[in-house]
This record gives sequence, structure tokens and C-alpha cells, in this order.
Amino acid sequence: MATIPANARTWRRREPRIQLLIWLAWLLAAAVFIACFQFISEKTIWAFVSDAPQQAGDLAVRMVPPDWSYIRVLGRPIWDTINIATIGTLVAVVLAVPVAYCAARNTTPSVGVIRPLALFVIVSSRSINALIWALMLVTIIGPGVFAGIIAIALRSIGFCAKLLYEAIEEIDEGQVEAVRATGASGAQVTSYGIVPQVLPAFAGISVFRWDINIRESTVLGLVGAGGIGLELNAAITQLYWTQVSLILLVIIGTVIVSEWVSAKVRHAII
Amino acid sequence: MSVAAVTPRRWKKPPLIKSAWLRWTLAIGAAVYLALVFQTTPVNWTRVWEGLPRGAAFISAFFPPDFVSRWDEIVEGIAESLWMTVISTVVGIALSIPVGIGAAKNIAPAPVYYFCRAVLAISRSFQEIILAIFFVKLFGFGPFAGLVTLSFATIGFYGKLLAEDIEDMDPAQAEAVRASGASWLQWINYGVQPQVMPRMIGLGLYRFDINFRESAVIGIVGGGGIGATLNTAFDRYEFSSAAAIIIVIILIVMLCEYGSGYLRRWVQ
Repeated sequence: MATIPANARTWRRREPRIQLLIWLAWLLAAAVFIACFQFISEKTIWAFVSDAPQQAGDLAVRMVPPDWSYIRVLGRPIWDTINIATIGTLVAVVLAVPVAYCAARNTTPSVGVIRPLALFVIVSSRSINALIWALMLVTIIGPGVFAGIIAIALRSIGFCAKLLYEAIEEIDEGQVEAVRATGASGAQVTSYGIVPQVLPAFAGISVFRWDINIRESTVLGLVGAGGIGLELNAAITQLYWTQVSLILLVIIGTVIVSEWVSAKVRHAII
Repeated sequence: MSVAAVTPRRWKKPPLIKSAWLRWTLAIGAAVYLALVFQTTPVNWTRVWEGLPRGAAFISAFFPPDFVSRWDEIVEGIAESLWMTVISTVVGIALSIPVGIGAAKNIAPAPVYYFCRAVLAISRSFQEIILAIFFVKLFGFGPFAGLVTLSFATIGFYGKLLAEDIEDMDPAQAEAVRASGASWLQWINYGVQPQVMPRMIGLGLYRFDINFRESAVIGIVGGGGIGATLNTAFDRYEFSSAAAIIIVIILIVMLCEYGSGYLRRWVQ
């Protein structure tokens, strides 16, 4: 009968030194977290926080049941919201293609000048939220659906172009080489060597962004850029909580449907 | 010698959608949809045209960006945003781990699965701004409401991706750990967690990024942070200060993005 010798080592997941480092990292993270919380805590009026459960209960009572008759008014705003997302995505995708082409290391006309410029366009479009774009556009071109479309488009260019240029950088150079070897011109190399390789990724990215944009376009109305956000804002400021709950339900429904569509399409493509 | 008479055909690129029927339905559907949109979307072109010089004036009001006169507020707003981002990312991820595990079909029992999926769906359906409006109402103005908003939004994002990652894991490894007689907790810790960890660290950093970006807007509805500073600048028509704030936001986002990209490569 085999017995385990007394001096057998127990299995450990990591070496002691690495384990110690990991513990130190955790300690540091905890210290940072506590420090941050201190700062937030200073700026918080805890009396308002402590009565939150009561407020939540109060709000819940006022929101139930949803005002179902209000649904007739919501048809138009939801149509606008979907249009803002769809047309916005369409415009963004069209504009993102040249930007991505210039940003990808293997297709860019010049690495020194144009590529950094394209990357800058991508980063600034990604860093400014659609709501901030909408805020500015409503002052410039007036409130309405059009401002929403442009805001969504400007916000989405960066996202689409970033994913697209990463896809372009990952293509199989052999195919491009093969097309070039047949004597194809630059445009032909692009359209026969590169485009077919990135087309599925491109379609996937567009649908993915469309799905995100549906969600984003629900709030643009808060600053006057059309869609269901206008109704939401009106209902909240007028304290029609039963209408608010219906709007929220409609938003959930729309988002779930769009997510389902997007997942189906991406599944079919990839 | 006979040569089979072959009618010469030109080679064509294979289309993206193979079924011709589906392709045409989609094309016609898209055309009809676009026609409907153009009919139902009123664009006041004269207003747009009038707006263009106003837009030019607006943009020129941004230049030169004025970093000096509101510098203290900018620093304070950025700091507030950063604290908010740190805490909400940590809290959000901590909360999303149980939800994510519960929402993985191969681990959780059906009732838990449906409950967790519902939590994720609600959290993901609402844009951060809508959540912020409600949390500001519940918790009062200030960074605490923003913090709760971002934490809640993080649950939806991180929990869903964690659940999907767990569903995609290699069952053999988890099975092996379970076969050694591990308890449930040990099973999760040694069988599941190591498989999802590398991707999850990357996604955590990515979410940090997103949370910072979102913290720049939830201030517009009262959620504190740099967004509140930005909103104040717009309200006071101090566009040169607003430009400075936007530039600072872009710089920090870029920094976060490069930093998190670098960290992710280092971790993986």
C-alpha cells in the first residue's frame, strides 16, 4: 500500500514570488479604489442616497401600470429613431471606407502623413459621444431628425473605420500578390484582391454598429435631435410616469429586436 | 479533332449573398425603405443652409481653446470623472461576475439563467443617459449617481461577454477539474476562470475606456464628472473653454486607449 511521504509538497498554483507580487497588486488596487471612493464620498450628499429606496418605491408605484393608450403616439417617434440609426450608420459606413483605407498600414497612400491624419479622425470621432455631437449640431443645423442622423454618423465613423482598418491589416497578402501578378491596376487590385477579403467583416461591422446606434439614437431626443428621446424627455419633464414606463418598454422591445436581427445577420455572414 | 462549342462566358465575382432570391429581396426592400425614409423625414434645407454660417461662427468660437480661465474646473471635472470611472469599473465588474456566471447556459440552472439574462437585457437596453436620469432622481445630483449608472451599465456589457465566453469554453478542462472531486467554487476557480481570464482582463480595460468616455456625457443630465463641466461651459456660451474640455477629453481617451492596448498585449 502506497503512502504519501510526509515531506510531500502540496501543489500550488503559482510560485511564491509571483503569488506575492499578485497580492501586492491587489493591495495597490484596493488602496486606489478606497482613495477614489473617499473623493466621491466627499462630493455626495448621503442624505439623498439614503432615501433612495423610498424614492425608488415611490417612482415604481407611479410608473405602474403603463399608459397603454399612449402607444398610438409612439409609432412616429420610434420610426424616426430607427431611421436615425439606420441612415446614420449608412452615411458613417460610406465615409468610414476611405478613412479605413488610409489608416490601414498596408493600403495607406503615405505612412508618414495620411495615416496619422486618418487615425486622428478615428480617435476624435470615437472620443466624442453622439450626444455631444447632437448638442452641437442642433445649434448649427436646427433641431430634428437630420441633426440626429449626422450626429450618429459622425460618432460611428471612428468605430467602423477602426474595425475595418484592422480587418484590412489582417488580410492574406498572398491573394493580393496573386491579383497583382496578373497585371492588375491599383484599383483592380483593391477591388479583386482586398475587397472580397474584407467584405464579410465589413458587413458584420455595419450591422454591429447599427445595433449600437439604435440604442444611442434613443437618447438623442433629449437634446432635441429627434426620435423617441423627445417623447421621453417630454414625459419626464411633465411627470407623466405612466407614459415614461411605456416608452421604456418600447425601447427595450426595439433594442431586443435589433439585437436579435444583428446577431442573426452576423451569424449568417461569418 | 473536335472542340466542344463552349459559349465564352465572362468571369464574374461571386456575390456576397449567394441566393439570388434573397439578394434581390434585400435590394428591393432597402430601396423601398430608403424611399419611405426620404418621404417621412422632413429636412429643412433652408434652415440647414442658414445654419452653415452659424456653424462656421460656432466653430470659430471654439478657437483658440481657452485652457486658462476654467483650468481649475477642468482639473476638478477630469479628476471626478476618473474616480468615477475607476470605482464604477471595479464595482461593475465585481457585480457582473455572478450575473455573468448565472447567465452562462452550460453552468447555471434554467431559472437562474433566465433571471440573469433578464438583468443583462435591461442593463444593455438602456443607454447610459437614460439610466443616469433615473439614478440622478434616486440618488441626487453628483458623482454618486454617475457612479451607480456606470456600474449598472458595466454589468450589462461585461456580464454578457463573460457569459458568452464561459459558454464557449472547453468543457473538457472543466470536466477534469470536477472529476478530481472539486467543490463548486473550486470548479469555477480552477476549471472555468483560467480559461476566460485573459480575454476578460482585456475587456475590463476596454470597459474602463468606455466608462471614462461615458462619464463625459452623463454629467449633462446631472451625473457629475467632466460632462457637468462641459455642459456648464456650453450653457455659459464659453465655447473656447468647451473646446479646451473636449480636447482634454480626446487626449485622455487616446491615453486610455493606448495604455489599455499596451496593457492588454502585455497581459495576453
